[in-house]
Amino acid sequence: MSWRVWLPLFLFAGFLGLAAYQLTQPKDDFVESGMVGEALPYFDLPAAMEGVNGAATTDFKDGTPRLLNIWASWCLPCIAEAPQLERLKEAGVPIVGIAIRDRSEDVARFLAQHGNPYTRIARDDLSEVQLAIGSSGVPETFVIDGRGIIRYQHLGDIRESDVAMLLAELEKAR
Amino acid sequence: MLLSLAPPLAAQDSMPPAPFAYRQLDDPTQEAAAQDLMETLRCLKCQSQSIADSDAPMAGDMRHQVRIRIAAGEDPEAVRAWLVQRYGDYVSYRPEVSAVTWPLFAIPALLVLIAAVVLAGRLRRRAS
Repeated sequence: MSWRVWLPLFLFAGFLGLAAYQLTQPKDDFVESGMVGEALPYFDLPAAMEGVNGAATTDFKDGTPRLLNIWASWCLPCIAEAPQLERLKEAGVPIVGIAIRDRSEDVARFLAQHGNPYTRIARDDLSEVQLAIGSSGVPETFVIDGRGIIRYQHLGDIRESDVAMLLAELEKAR
Repeated sequence: MLLSLAPPLAAQDSMPPAPFAYRQLDDPTQEAAAQDLMETLRCLKCQSQSIADSDAPMAGDMRHQVRIRIAAGEDPEAVRAWLVQRYGDYVSYRPEVSAVTWPLFAIPALLVLIAAVVLAGRLRRRAS
């Protein structure tokens, strides 16, 4: 009997092995934005609550690199990243928050509970800016350079180990 | 275990849906074009559904974008391109022949060709 008889079986076993391997890999649902390297799309959003400033594209063009934090009071991982945003604020980083589909009373309650690291907080009721910058969930954090160019995208909540990396990205954007 | 691997997408907001998330356009031709497009766009929060099929708030906001852009006279393929620029080919369900995907189209054709050659060879041998 020729060895070639076994070939289809080996091929099948190979596919089976590949499928089994892929099943053991964690699922990656993150969708990276194609807007990194592009200019921030035009927007001009109202304030998310009383006593804070809204945000517009023009706020990002004064020569200072900033973080643009896409978040929401209804988003649980946003609570987890609050201490890290606080540390970035203490390091002197201006952080602009955009609250996605949020109510002003909920925003106020969240900030009272978890601290307010933002220099501006705008509301995006229709996820328009979120879609325009290619963000697919909350939280996400973008590094915007002083000319309003998107330089880096961080997907998911900011962990303690990400703080130094974000500071380095901000330095690179200077 | 599986839960801990899930991305941060579980929470939902309590805001009302976007104006054109569930409202059809008045012009039936435009609505049909929007509907065709929405059926071939992936919901980013519920990634195995199209935005036409999903009740996720973000899918509603994407439908709103599609409808207002088409109502403003934008070509459906321009709207698709706008989203692909942001989210990659991933956001579009429509099969596209590109530098990455051409083997998916070429391999079946190649297999059919090989099968035809083998079959022709065997038939000839049997005839002789």
